[in-house]
Amino acid sequence: MTAPGASSEVRASPGAVTPRPLLLSGNEAIARGAREAGVRVAAGYPGTPSTEILETLVRLDPGRQVYVEWSTNEKVGLDVALGAAIGGARALCAMKHVGLNVAADTFMTSAYTGVRAGLVVVSADDPGMHSSQNEQDNRVLVRFAGVPLLEPADSQEARDFTVHAFDLSERFDVPVVLRTTTRVSHARGIVAPGPLRVAPGLGFQRNPAKLVMLPGFARSRHRVMLERLEALEREAETSPLNRIEWGDRALGVVTSSIVYHYVRELVPGASVLRLGFSHPLPRALAREFAAGVERLIVVEELEPFLEEQLRALGLAVEGKAYFPRDGELGPEAIRRGFVRAGVIAEAGEKPLVSPPTVTRPPVLCPGCPHVAPYLALRQIGAVVSGDIGCYTLAAIEPLAAMDTTVAMGSSIGMAIGLARSGGATGPVVATIGDSTFLHAGLPALADAAYHRTRMTVLILDNGTTAMTGGQAHPAAGVTIRGDAAPTIDLPAVCRALGVEFVRVVDPYDLAQTQLALEQAAAFPGLSVIITNRPCVEAPVKVRDQPYTVLAEQCIACQYCMNLGCPSITWSAEWHEGRRKVQIDPVTCTGCTVCAQTCPTEAMVGLPGWSKPR
Amino acid sequence: MMKEGGSVLLVGVGGQGVVLASAIVAETALRAGWDVKQSEVHGMSQRGGVVSSHLRFGQRVYSPLVEIGQADAVVAMEWNEGLRAMPYLRRGAPLIINLQRVIPPGACRNRLSGESTYPALALEALADQVGDVRACDAGEIAREVGSAKALNAVLLGVLAPVMPFPEEAWLASLADHAPKGTSAANELAFLAGQALRYPDETHAQAARAALSPNGLHGQARPPRLEVIEAWCKGRACEICVRACPEWCLAIDGSAAVRVVRPEACTGCRLCELLCPDFAIEVHTA
Repeated sequence: MTAPGASSEVRASPGAVTPRPLLLSGNEAIARGAREAGVRVAAGYPGTPSTEILETLVRLDPGRQVYVEWSTNEKVGLDVALGAAIGGARALCAMKHVGLNVAADTFMTSAYTGVRAGLVVVSADDPGMHSSQNEQDNRVLVRFAGVPLLEPADSQEARDFTVHAFDLSERFDVPVVLRTTTRVSHARGIVAPGPLRVAPGLGFQRNPAKLVMLPGFARSRHRVMLERLEALEREAETSPLNRIEWGDRALGVVTSSIVYHYVRELVPGASVLRLGFSHPLPRALAREFAAGVERLIVVEELEPFLEEQLRALGLAVEGKAYFPRDGELGPEAIRRGFVRAGVIAEAGEKPLVSPPTVTRPPVLCPGCPHVAPYLALRQIGAVVSGDIGCYTLAAIEPLAAMDTTVAMGSSIGMAIGLARSGGATGPVVATIGDSTFLHAGLPALADAAYHRTRMTVLILDNGTTAMTGGQAHPAAGVTIRGDAAPTIDLPAVCRALGVEFVRVVDPYDLAQTQLALEQAAAFPGLSVIITNRPCVEAPVKVRDQPYTVLAEQCIACQYCMNLGCPSITWSAEWHEGRRKVQIDPVTCTGCTVCAQTCPTEAMVGLPGWSKPR
Repeated sequence: MMKEGGSVLLVGVGGQGVVLASAIVAETALRAGWDVKQSEVHGMSQRGGVVSSHLRFGQRVYSPLVEIGQADAVVAMEWNEGLRAMPYLRRGAPLIINLQRVIPPGACRNRLSGESTYPALALEALADQVGDVRACDAGEIAREVGSAKALNAVLLGVLAPVMPFPEEAWLASLADHAPKGTSAANELAFLAGQALRYPDETHAQAARAALSPNGLHGQARPPRLEVIEAWCKGRACEICVRACPEWCLAIDGSAAVRVVRPEACTGCRLCELLCPDFAIEVHTA
């Protein structure tokens, strides 16, 4: 058995009304809820832990009644969804938490314009940074924007709240944010599904005073937004998504999102105010709860978002004094917090202790076309401005060939700054993947060309958005539904922007790649090198003749170990006190890069191999 | 123990089928009439990274996460990952562990000594500490019944007697989730796992494991690099600088090659062998 390509959702024959409850992830349940609410347009940019929402939506819509797209970036995605909503079609936009920063320009002002048809913005936060560069708490951004916030705690609620969010959005003429966390998006639970449908279009209505945010119009819309917040708070007071579960009055816990479930298990007797509709805060409900309990504790992941608002009401509330403000707030951390607060006793039995184990950080796959370029970059002593993608893993040993990584597309702009700083210790090279380049790298490359900055941009074009599992993008030649699409000629784009040195290299050719980088670094201006090998994992698994090591020829120089290839490990044999190496023929893709590094030509194609049908 | 429900943690390395195996357990619990929640973390790695899946079932399940010290069983598809997951075990609960070892590149870092940091296959010591260890070479058992990839089904077979689910529910969800054309092999693998008799089987496996090489032990012998400056022609050549696997050498404005990372030299002699001017000598003890 290999990893599943399909979920239980697919087996449950999508489109049909299934009486059987479904076992769905939070993301699958959001897609399900959106289809049940009649979504007509959906857009977004892939990003863990949000990616499966749009992918599931496509699977749930074989009849193509919904327009679904992978957008170039999150801002474009939110623009698409907002435009659709203003055009009268229920719309959804899904992204990871940092994606909302990219979309923030549209997001903030969409609270002024309103929507007409329902618009749901899904922000999938990543406390603990399972696969992110920060763990910002987007509840803060949602409050800043002045729009309502729903926080489902499990898959059933993910479905229910999505349906509710569309109604709320339409009733109050406002985008609604559905905030999940990794643990909600990726946990599976039982969901009772309803019928799928497509909502009737409401049509576009011309209204420049509402939709053209000239200062004069925007001033009045800001007031509309503030008045709407008051109405939303009244709605939150009686919303079924917010509820008090009275228990022991000695302890009252205020909580939201998945933390609610941990609290229910760790202090089952306590009274709980559970906020599923957490912004605007239902202040009267909070006061009623506070008045009914002797001690008030807020348990929330990341920022003291609820705690500070409750304190501003003059309530005696505790929270971050016991519970961490960073990291994922799991059952262990909550138990420790309650122990510190004197609410529960420490667990009696100490858990077992592991003997020393090895860490297993994520690695670039065998045959990954990003490996050789970074080996070459390390060879030429470049100062490498990195970006967001699989290739960020080149920062860790043994490649250790990346010096900065901050945000999507930042590599190029930061390289400009590094080049202008006068402090770089070697040639300045920005490295960026194709999807990231289109997402936010293009404006920065225009900037570098405009000012003739002396630096090199290495575009690692593997034809897909690999980090999130191989999603299409505007240069991939295919849509999210697998339909053929126009591609983008990246070398021509670079030349059109004014780049004089543009070269395409084969990253499986180590010498060619290094030579090109050396020439680019010597070029007195802006240079661009584009690699041209596809990702070996997606959309197509690339498998060629595996390589093997002729043990008698291996002098154990360890050069191939610098690649960090998971297929290459030490063997039990020695040469002059050093480990010889071996190649796992099952995982080796036959990229040949290790063989190119071998000074004794000890790495050869596996004899007797033939390509599987 | 599991009348009210239970918690299972499944761990392994990307590509071993942890996610699929946990989907099968979840589906089996669902078929047996339980409420189920399941949560996996596969982080950044497409392949090769740690994968763990928490699974909980009961009359009404709140948390999808198993708390440390609360797992009624841990199923490990890889040795090191099984050891790492030990703190999750409830005292006395079984550790179901595959004897397969996937050694990450990062565990082969001390090139001078050749010592790997990967933990040894010390099965007896593990059994002393944990109590109930159910170890097997799942890959080998799966191969014997027809498909090496069905190793996760073997381990589910070992798990089955510990769980309060009827065999029909197991076999039905196994058939439901097995990739096309593999359901027969997976059922055979499951039944083979189920037929293993513990604790006797673990002792047999331990005896066999003792015969196989246990980890990678080192033998340190620090070498010494000597550059004969008078013979080196410097920047005009740079062959040794480019060839050194450890980036020990540099020409940074100097007339001759300089040793910049003497401690990193493993004594491979590539520089000595490739130098056209015989300007480098590698002295080993």
